[in-house]
Amino acid sequence: MKVELEADKCVASGQCVVAAMEVFDQDDDGIAILLTDEVGPELVDGVQEAAAVCPAAAIRLVRP
Amino acid sequence: MRRIAVVGASAAGLAAAETLRREGYDGTLTLVGDEPEPPYDRPPLSKQVLAAEWEPDRLALRTPAGLAALDLDLRLGAAATGLDLVDRAVRLANGSEVPYDGLVIATGVRPRRLPGEGAHVLRTLGDALTLRERLSPGRRLVVVGAGFLGAEAAAVAWRLGAEVTVLEPAAVPLAHAVGADVGRMLARAHAERGVDLRCGVMVSEVTEEGVRLAGGEEIEADEVLVAVGSLPNTEWLDGSGLAIGDGVLCDEYCEAAENVYAAGDVARWYNPLFGTSMRIEHRTNAAEQGMAAARNLLAAREARKAFAPVPYFWSDQYDMKVQAYGYLRGHDEVAVVEGDLAERRFVAAYRSGDRVGGALAVGMAPKAIRQWRQAIVTGASWHEAVRSGV
Ligand SMILES: Cc1cc2nc3c(=O)[nH]c(=O)nc-3n(C[C@H](O)[C@H](O)[C@H](O)COP(=O)(O)OP(=O)(O)OC[C@H]3O[C@@H](n4cnc5c(N)ncnc54)[C@H](O)[C@@H]3O)c2cc1C
Ligand code: SF4
Repeated sequence: MKVELEADKCVASGQCVVAAMEVFDQDDDGIAILLTDEVGPELVDGVQEAAAVCPAAAIRLVRP
Repeated sequence: MRRIAVVGASAAGLAAAETLRREGYDGTLTLVGDEPEPPYDRPPLSKQVLAAEWEPDRLALRTPAGLAALDLDLRLGAAATGLDLVDRAVRLANGSEVPYDGLVIATGVRPRRLPGEGAHVLRTLGDALTLRERLSPGRRLVVVGAGFLGAEAAAVAWRLGAEVTVLEPAAVPLAHAVGADVGRMLARAHAERGVDLRCGVMVSEVTEEGVRLAGGEEIEADEVLVAVGSLPNTEWLDGSGLAIGDGVLCDEYCEAAENVYAAGDVARWYNPLFGTSMRIEHRTNAAEQGMAAARNLLAAREARKAFAPVPYFWSDQYDMKVQAYGYLRGHDEVAVVEGDLAERRFVAAYRSGDRVGGALAVGMAPKAIRQWRQAIVTGASWHEAVRSGV
């Protein structure tokens, strides 16, 4: 599945990194970056969690 | 469980509804909210929306398709007015009833007000749009209360060219929340820009001309914003038998009564990580607690998990991003453990008893703060953490 990140909404909370370290990181200003935008089934739960807790609603998991 | 009702259609309620579906619940899912809009986000109201950088459509928490996928029985513009715990039904203002097997209460808080009329508050999209129409260069805005909300609004109004006065009853803004040193640092940010922050000033009333102080003095203003804290929306639960006391009282599972859970700003629950009950008005907590409440509602009783988060909060003021982890209220000591307050690049750690209870950072890289979050999670000893810099 594909992960989408609207970086201009990001408020640098880091919740996504806590939820899925394999998929998200933050730059020096705290803005989230995607380490990968395609995730396999083993990472889907983590990304869903990240999308749910992201306070900026900036993360979406898109089914192909 | 075939019928679940979620009352309160904002961050916490939506997170609960979404989690129920994600965890496989396929029965009737009613989401009740008294605002007319589909779930939208509040933090941008005092930031991008007030600054007219974002239009309301950017606030939607889910796309219409995402919302539709939840297959909700969505009741918007419908206030819940009563709860019958015995017959298991929520009463709505229009006279209808929503029967349930499981219930999540997520009705949030509303602003405290002051005597008198004509003042703005800032909680809803409507509030933000009304205030922003009134802010323009030269307009005189009085903000009552220098908490995070008042400070954010003051910063935006200043940027828009308004003449801003902030009136705060305490001697140092936010001292009870973040400590006097950090509070003074935040106060200086206003002063440097010419925002007139007056501390030790009690406002008794809003008048047609502005505000009247406790001593009788009047301060003139074109607009007044009252930002003096909030009250949990629990009146609709009066007489239901639920325990209420500064919020819906819950155990560590966020349960208020059998199959009745609460989440978000309205919930006061026992957080075992800190060994105390708390009610947290933070955006991330609303989502996390909504998720936790939903999971516990569906789980077998012995499989439920205590909700033991490290609260997280951020605030944007002028060019500063403030971030805080943990439970800072009632701390015993504050120490700047990295950087420098005067330069507005620092991490401050908060001692509670002999452990690290919280951390607050301004202008620091995420990794510097994340270590302190970890110290809070593990209940690290204060002296060791401060000595080794975590
Ligand atoms: C202007 C502003 C800026 C903020 N900035 C930040 C920030 O920078 N960082 C941060 O961490 N947090 C911030 N917050 C706090 C954050 O927005 C809240 O913690 C979060 O919105 C709480 O979500 P909730 O779902 O628990 O409650 P709410 O968002 O209050 O939602 C509760 C919903 O229930 C509805 N409701 C109430 N009573 C009833 C009833 N009887 N029947 C039906 N519906 C009812 C309400 O109208 C509301 O829609 C800010 C809040 C505001 C207002
Ligand atoms: S959780 Fe959301 S707001 Fe926070 S860093 Fe990640 S993308 Fe940004």
